[in-house]
Amino acid sequence: MMIDTPVAMKIIAKNEESPDVFTLTLQFMEEKETGYDFQPGQFNMLYLFGVGEVPISILAHGEDNSLYAHTIRRVGRVTQGLSLLKIGDCVGLRGPFGRGWPLDKAQGKDVLIVTGGLGCAPSVSIIHHILKHRERYGRLIILQGVKHSDDLIFRKQYQEWAQLPNVQVALAADISQPNWPGHTGLITELLDQVHLDLSKTLCMMCGPEGMMRATAERLTQLQLPEDAIYLSLERNMECAIGHCGHCQFGGTFICKEGPVFNYPEVKFLLSQRGF
Amino acid sequence: MLYFLAYEQINDLLNALRTLGYTCMGPQVQDGTIVFDELNHAAQLPWGVHDMQKPGYYRLQQSEKKEAFAWANGPQAIKPLLFKPKESLWRVQKNDDGKLIFKEIMPDHKPVALIGARSCDLAAMAIQDKTLLKDKFIDKQYQWHREHLFVIAVNCSYSGGNCFCVSTQTGPKATSGYDLALTEVDKGFVVDIGSDKGRNLITTLKCIPATETNSRQADTRTAQAASMQTKRMPKNNSRELRNILMNHLDHPRWHEVAERCLSCGNCTAVCPTCFCHHQTETPVAQGDGSVHAREWDSCFTQGHSYIHGQVVRDTTEKRYKQWLTHKLGTWWDQFDTSGCVGCGRCVTWCPVGIDLTEEMAAIAGESNVVTDKKKGPHDD
Repeated sequence: MMIDTPVAMKIIAKNEESPDVFTLTLQFMEEKETGYDFQPGQFNMLYLFGVGEVPISILAHGEDNSLYAHTIRRVGRVTQGLSLLKIGDCVGLRGPFGRGWPLDKAQGKDVLIVTGGLGCAPSVSIIHHILKHRERYGRLIILQGVKHSDDLIFRKQYQEWAQLPNVQVALAADISQPNWPGHTGLITELLDQVHLDLSKTLCMMCGPEGMMRATAERLTQLQLPEDAIYLSLERNMECAIGHCGHCQFGGTFICKEGPVFNYPEVKFLLSQRGF
Repeated sequence: MLYFLAYEQINDLLNALRTLGYTCMGPQVQDGTIVFDELNHAAQLPWGVHDMQKPGYYRLQQSEKKEAFAWANGPQAIKPLLFKPKESLWRVQKNDDGKLIFKEIMPDHKPVALIGARSCDLAAMAIQDKTLLKDKFIDKQYQWHREHLFVIAVNCSYSGGNCFCVSTQTGPKATSGYDLALTEVDKGFVVDIGSDKGRNLITTLKCIPATETNSRQADTRTAQAASMQTKRMPKNNSRELRNILMNHLDHPRWHEVAERCLSCGNCTAVCPTCFCHHQTETPVAQGDGSVHAREWDSCFTQGHSYIHGQVVRDTTEKRYKQWLTHKLGTWWDQFDTSGCVGCGRCVTWCPVGIDLTEEMAAIAGESNVVTDKKKGPHDD
């Protein structure tokens, strides 16, 4: 079920992840909204009263399937305003929108998740999904890159995931502080450090486009087929239903046909500036 | 069967539409252009007015011959009636306990009867229907306007200097999308019926059948409009343009046109198929409510490609390229049609007279000039 006119959501938890990233956990205020469900990789439009909406990917269900977490970077008017809200405050939500990660195609395969910066947020739901249905998937390899080691969020979660059987976590920071447990350098360099069986790997990426381009190029050099690479794109989105035109990207609307694309679908335009 | 509507019956037509509950909108001269506004009386029509159009140029001229539709088009026609420049979508109210209550806003006004839609405008309406109506998601407000619209098309007897609908196969004669289609002839109009609503109206007006002479004259008039066109879209606006554009993203012409383009957005504002809009928020003065609306936007603005602190299209070159590659190119991927209907508005209303057919010609290497043209009676 998709909600097209916003409904009221109550903030039931708020986490400061870093100086400019926070997570709002939301709960429906009306009983009748329980038909709502989402696929990992989809997003919601969150509404700040009197200011406007922003597209935010959905992190995960709560334990009781009624909680929806949204990790947000404080950067524009709406996100600045959202960051000032408190537990118990009310926001609007419509969604879920877009096409999520290819859960079916990933079955029986090793899943390589490559994320950069806040791109780790849209991948959390897929990680949760794989961990919940562990028998359906092979190895899970999680690579996360940040500009500065201080930018890393979800530190505890990465540590927990790293302890699980058949899960490998590797972190990279372009610039690092002393005691940084990960690699100092580019995330693409991690691809050579982790062991990948590219004959049965499916890659899912989310992060800055330069990073995703470089990763896709390196992976194809390593002989991973291009169609085994999926990536989540981002553009200005205001309507979320393919009408407002802002996220038009060649022959697609990212909000509707995406945000998750198979690499060959978008490879050409990703190499062009201004689209 | 074709009917004849005499000039004297125009007021009867307007009265009949009003009796059916419609607000009549029709062409009239305002501020030196032909615009669509409420039409209460036939006398308001632009009798004897011709429009002179060139790249970046639009002037009206009064002639002796008293025809009501002796012009090609004005800056706008159907689009602002269906896909409004600004339309409220929902309202939110904040309770005393801080809870937000959302309520959808639907249009609430009399239905509109539009008199004088051109063939290119109807082609554009069919394209907007694909974007907003015949999609996985429906724009409910657009749908309301669309379902309540009564369309009286008027086939063109004259083409403007920037018209190229013959090459885009969207005119000058309307083929669908109307309730009634008129063609101006001596002393009145030949009327073609496009729907049951249209038929009922003609029955009410007790129109007589058109004579053989009337029909022949109507055909001559539309043929005259077609023959007046000097411009064409290269490759006849076909799907071929898509690959030509996408294979020439580094063509030097992009840089050259960007040197002239002001990135003002006039072309997108007058384009009858452009649908970009941004969402706006207007809180009420008391502070306990707000209205969320959509408002026309343009890919020529900086904000259009804004994303978390960056602008994807930070130069005019990128914006012009975005516009043309979408309109004539990847529009095919999304809607199985070109986004151009040959109305020439973007050429006329461009303050520096950039002509998209000329830009396309430079990139496609095929002329935008009609060469096998039979001279029309109004050419010199």
